[in-house]
Amino acid sequence: MSASEPANGAFPLPGQTAAALEPTPAVAFENVSISFDGPPVLQDVTFTVGPAETRILLGPAGVGKSVLLKLTNGLLCPDHGSVRLFGEEISHMSEQALFPLRVRTGIVFQEGALFDSLTVRDNVAYQLIQQMVPDEVIDARVHEALHFVELDQTFSLFPGSLSGGMKRRVAIARALIGHPELVLYDSPTGGLDPITSTTIIELVMKQRDFYRTPSILVTHRLQDAFTLCTHRFDSELGRMVPLPKGHADPNTTFLMLEEGRLIFDGSLHDIVHTDNKFVREFLL
Amino acid sequence: MAIDTIEKTAKQIVLTVQDYSLFAHRAVMNLFHPPRYWVDFLLQCDIIGVGSTAIVLLSGFFTGGVLALQSASTLSEFGASNLTGRFVSLTMIRELGPVLTGVMVSGRNASSMASELGSMIVTEQIDAMRALGVDPMRKLVTPRIFACVSMLLFLTILADFFGILGGAFVTVFMNHQDGLQYFSTAWEALRYPDIVQGLVKPLFSGFIIASVGCFYGLRTTGGTEGVGRSTIQAVVSASVLIIVADFLLTQILLSLLSRL
Repeated sequence: MSASEPANGAFPLPGQTAAALEPTPAVAFENVSISFDGPPVLQDVTFTVGPAETRILLGPAGVGKSVLLKLTNGLLCPDHGSVRLFGEEISHMSEQALFPLRVRTGIVFQEGALFDSLTVRDNVAYQLIQQMVPDEVIDARVHEALHFVELDQTFSLFPGSLSGGMKRRVAIARALIGHPELVLYDSPTGGLDPITSTTIIELVMKQRDFYRTPSILVTHRLQDAFTLCTHRFDSELGRMVPLPKGHADPNTTFLMLEEGRLIFDGSLHDIVHTDNKFVREFLL
Repeated sequence: MAIDTIEKTAKQIVLTVQDYSLFAHRAVMNLFHPPRYWVDFLLQCDIIGVGSTAIVLLSGFFTGGVLALQSASTLSEFGASNLTGRFVSLTMIRELGPVLTGVMVSGRNASSMASELGSMIVTEQIDAMRALGVDPMRKLVTPRIFACVSMLLFLTILADFFGILGGAFVTVFMNHQDGLQYFSTAWEALRYPDIVQGLVKPLFSGFIIASVGCFYGLRTTGGTEGVGRSTIQAVVSASVLIIVADFLLTQILLSLLSRL
């Protein structure tokens, strides 16, 4: 995929009517609720992720952020409400019917979730190996993906010999190797030192600005969230650079959960100037 | 209060049996639809079959030896010590070979399957697999079940053979009896129904070991402590089920084969 290619559904076809011009959101939640043998984990959650949009999901630990992410690609089924992925209703879709949709989605798990019995090459290429892609093509794609996360030297290592930050970067490479149309990041910087966290956030930004892939990023680190909003990736310099003062990326917006309810949905400007007591306390 | 607890436990048992039945059904049906993971099947054959050979051979050999030791003294009271070979071969082939192999392999493999899959659940590797478009039932469970069924058949044959050898060793070198007589009585006593009985049982034991191991592994909750709990549940349930299944199969096979 090149940088100039549109994201899924971003541009209308010639001859489409005004109604059809509305691009299909990559993800649409409508009154979604879920519980696990107890009080609801998520209640009446409604939001959308538009084409090329990055939604930063904030909230304290245990509020249901990871559950929301797993609902997005059908790893969990909601008790009530509707989840639409690439325009298709997936709430009650069978596991077999979900696989083709999941292949179009990349997910980075909280701890990486790398297969510890496989090498980095086999981890990153897992999807391609299952699709019986020839070895030489796999090797080239893996090298490309590892180069993207700046871990070329780990090709034949096992996950056990990698640091926490390296594991997350390999997990990002695995999520991105299939050129997904949606990327889900589950606390990719959780438990990492500030320097490694910045490296990971730079990779997320690179994916956002270079491929314009819609994404949901779960985090409870405000610093990471604000960095994503106030910086852009400069492909010529090969690093992130700050946006002019007072500017924020218009496609990067915030969602915030409190006790399973979505209490905020808006831009950086909105979140900074909100009157919501919980949000203000969280920001402090 | 006590009635509530009994009701809750009973419901949990019924629910577990229902879940296991659906799980086993899915695992078997996967064999009839692609994709099939033959490489994983062969890998599991190596882990279960080749990996368990040593314990099966040793336990078979020494069980045969113990049988010969115990039976020789009893049989000699009736002047029938020359029937030691017959006693050992029939007991090994009909009963002890299949059951002992099942229990030994269960201790080694049901536990390893439950702990491996349990760890994968805890570290979100199963979710990662599903997210990458691969069905864990097809990729992890079905190959393990069919590898275990196939390998247990061969392991049982090996256990029977080494059990008879162990009996021969004791008969010849410790009881100082004639080895040729031992083998000839062992051979003459055998009938096809005995062999059929001995080879049908491991098919069921193999299915029980792998399906129970994978079932408890994939139901793991509660972190690393939960992995330990699943492992214990898998080994205990598989071992008990093998013995219960052996009892039921013996009943059924005896009545079926006696009509032939």
